[in-house]
Amino acid sequence: MNIGILLKEGPYNHQASDTAFKFAEAAIKKGHHVDAVFLYNDGVTNVTKLMDPPQDDRNIAIRWSELSKKHGFEILACIAASKRRGINDDVLVDGGTITGLGTLTDIAIRNDRLVTFGD
Amino acid sequence: MLHTINKSPFETTTMETCFRFLQPGDPVLFIEDGVYAVQSGNRFSPMIEALQKSNPLFALQPDLSARGIDAVADGVEAIDYEGFVGLVEEHQVNTWF
Amino acid sequence: MENENVKKIMHVLRHAPHGTIYTYEGLEMILIMAAYEQDLSVVFIGDGVYALKKGQDTSAIGIKGFSRTFMALDGYDVEKLYVDQRSLEERGLSEDDLIVDVEVMNSEKIGQLMKEQDVVIHH
Repeated sequence: MNIGILLKEGPYNHQASDTAFKFAEAAIKKGHHVDAVFLYNDGVTNVTKLMDPPQDDRNIAIRWSELSKKHGFEILACIAASKRRGINDDVLVDGGTITGLGTLTDIAIRNDRLVTFGD
Repeated sequence: MLHTINKSPFETTTMETCFRFLQPGDPVLFIEDGVYAVQSGNRFSPMIEALQKSNPLFALQPDLSARGIDAVADGVEAIDYEGFVGLVEEHQVNTWF
Repeated sequence: MENENVKKIMHVLRHAPHGTIYTYEGLEMILIMAAYEQDLSVVFIGDGVYALKKGQDTSAIGIKGFSRTFMALDGYDVEKLYVDQRSLEERGLSEDDLIVDVEVMNSEKIGQLMKEQDVVIHH
């Protein structure tokens, strides 16, 4: 099955990004194809490489980056939402791309499922 | 259609709003703070136990464990993230938050 | 005629405007998706109905108002605007208080429409 993920909240403040990550891992483990993770609203701040949590905590951006590279999917941040929040190409973690809402529409159309995580 | 709920019913009306739109047979999965709804013996237990007669109810075990919930209302099945994926294989998803 | 390449996509607006950005960014998403000729619908539930309230004036709070943008949806061929009857009544509102023409429906009918969707996105 082909799955798109829509993530609407930023890291740490809400559990949404953590749940989305665990869901993506489990879907891949079960043999499904995660097509892309699209970031919207404050969700765009999941891809900034400037985040630097304490060493004993998860680094949410790095974790998404590593999973996306290992399994060949993209982390896509909405351009309009990113511009509002100071996210641009200079701060993107490896595997992250800034794109438009049309890309989300394509993801919704071409996948069997679009699963939203938010708060 | 699978409905997921991530809010404690003690804090918001998300769960009760979701329940108004549920169709018979639609599964409901409680995740994140949503799992507080299915702790046994709380104010919402009668509502949960009535609903499970018409709709399959699930709670995400990792979220139950994280919150120290070891007893859930009758008829609620605890599943892991792979179980969550299994429900998504069967249904389109309606995420309530 | 039913086109199997057209997806049924429902946007559910559940937040009041201005207090958070969810409704405004939801509207931006709806406007973009409208260009893709999918079967779009927009449902207003809970505080989402306040987004359609007539007479909003945001000039003194320093936030750009957008209630009039809902009037433009028709021009983008987004014609399926549904409002949850109970949410409207609970808030002491009626159809006359809303800035656009909508179809007011009970929760049973909206629930049935939800179940038919390929994609549901809450904002």
